[in-house]
Amino acid sequence: MVLQVKGLCKSFNEKEVLKNVSFSLKTGEILAIIGRSGSGKTTILRCINNLVKCNRGTIIVDDMVLCKDDEQEKKVVYAKSTEMLQIRKKLGMVFQSFNLFPHMSVLENIIEAPLNVFGVPRQEAIAKAEGLLEMLDLQEKVSAYPFELSGGQQQRVAIARACALNPLIMCLDEPTSALDPELREGIALTIEKLAAKGMGVLLITHDMVFAKRVAQRVIFMEEGQIMEQGSKEEFFDQMSNERIKKFMAE
Amino acid sequence: MINLIEYIWELLQLEYIWRLLPALFSGLAGTLKIFFITILLSLPLGILVAAGRVSKIKPLVTVLQFYIWVMRGTPLLLQIVFIFFGLPYIGITLDRFSAILIAFIFNYAAYFGEIFRGGIESIDKGQYEAAKVLGFNPVQTFIRIILPQVVKIVFPSVANEIITLVKDTSLVYIVGYGELLRAGRIATNRDASLIPLVVVAVFYLALTWILTKIFERIEKRFTYYQ
Repeated sequence: MVLQVKGLCKSFNEKEVLKNVSFSLKTGEILAIIGRSGSGKTTILRCINNLVKCNRGTIIVDDMVLCKDDEQEKKVVYAKSTEMLQIRKKLGMVFQSFNLFPHMSVLENIIEAPLNVFGVPRQEAIAKAEGLLEMLDLQEKVSAYPFELSGGQQQRVAIARACALNPLIMCLDEPTSALDPELREGIALTIEKLAAKGMGVLLITHDMVFAKRVAQRVIFMEEGQIMEQGSKEEFFDQMSNERIKKFMAE
Repeated sequence: MINLIEYIWELLQLEYIWRLLPALFSGLAGTLKIFFITILLSLPLGILVAAGRVSKIKPLVTVLQFYIWVMRGTPLLLQIVFIFFGLPYIGITLDRFSAILIAFIFNYAAYFGEIFRGGIESIDKGQYEAAKVLGFNPVQTFIRIILPQVVKIVFPSVANEIITLVKDTSLVYIVGYGELLRAGRIATNRDASLIPLVVVAVFYLALTWILTKIFERIEKRFTYYQ
């Protein structure tokens, strides 16, 4: 297991957003978490990337503990900052709105963190970036700036940036929401490429068609809880839960 | 023909103006000294003020709010007076030039600080999150990701403030420091003529014209991204 989440709970001002969520992700697996907006699915991703702190729960990335419950103290203990940096290296994150750095070229966006945070030699960082851009069919855009790129291109730059440190897990928040429908197949293929390289892919979406196209395993969430999970076949063929049927019908 | 040139020469009192120039240029040197040192020190200080102002350190924020309130809430002229004439009462005596610089640097850092704060707050929080997941610490995030974008956003306001500074330097007459306007006033009083002040006005206009041209160039350089 490259990612294990156990008993994750999170509240924002009394409102429980996540209620005891547990799941895991295997190397090379594509897992889609689906649900309506407000179901808590994005919060899971934000907890895994330590953008919000959870109230209870354990998150283990590869073999490193990002956070765990301390039963005696009744609180969650987080990794120290040096460990956190190592954990971050194992995690790639692609935001819904990509969040590229507008003042940096495509290449600079990709090499910035390896170069200045992790001390990768410049030549090595550039070679890695060029390889990624080639894989993502962006080699002509090396020196373009984000504003010169289409939404789909920006997303691929964001993926390249997240891949620059060879993460074990790639998280994608609503990867289809900012794309034209005809670009969905492209991103599906890209996600499959990442998984084929051995990355665990965790994607959050409310787009059932896309989840069905790309995921190997599906988790359905509602009101902060996992309602159903299973392999894609199990999930979409049986659809035991009334609420999932309702969600699918919408 | 020669008569005509002589006539114009007389009419424009060019000979008189020529004789004024050495004094005005030495005044200009005083003005430029204050101007450049203030810019050089108040801009970085302003960035620090802004960084402190948006930080989560409550006591620091409170202190900075008070500092900005005082600096923006009282005339710069009074601040110069208090620092030069007032501080000796509590045992701090500063020479004229140091007192002037302290007043200018702290006054302008407060204004620049507020301009930069506005810029920092206009940056999308997604930029901070992107930096965080890539492993940047808060200082690296500020210097490498946030500040370069802020500089572009605030540049027009900063440029405006710098032009104001050119003219604000004339306030130091209050402590008798030699600068451009003072040189002009001395000549005006001595010769009972407005011409020295007209020349001074032309000097200020020339200075701000040069600055405006420089700012236009810098602004163009920022257009490489949107």
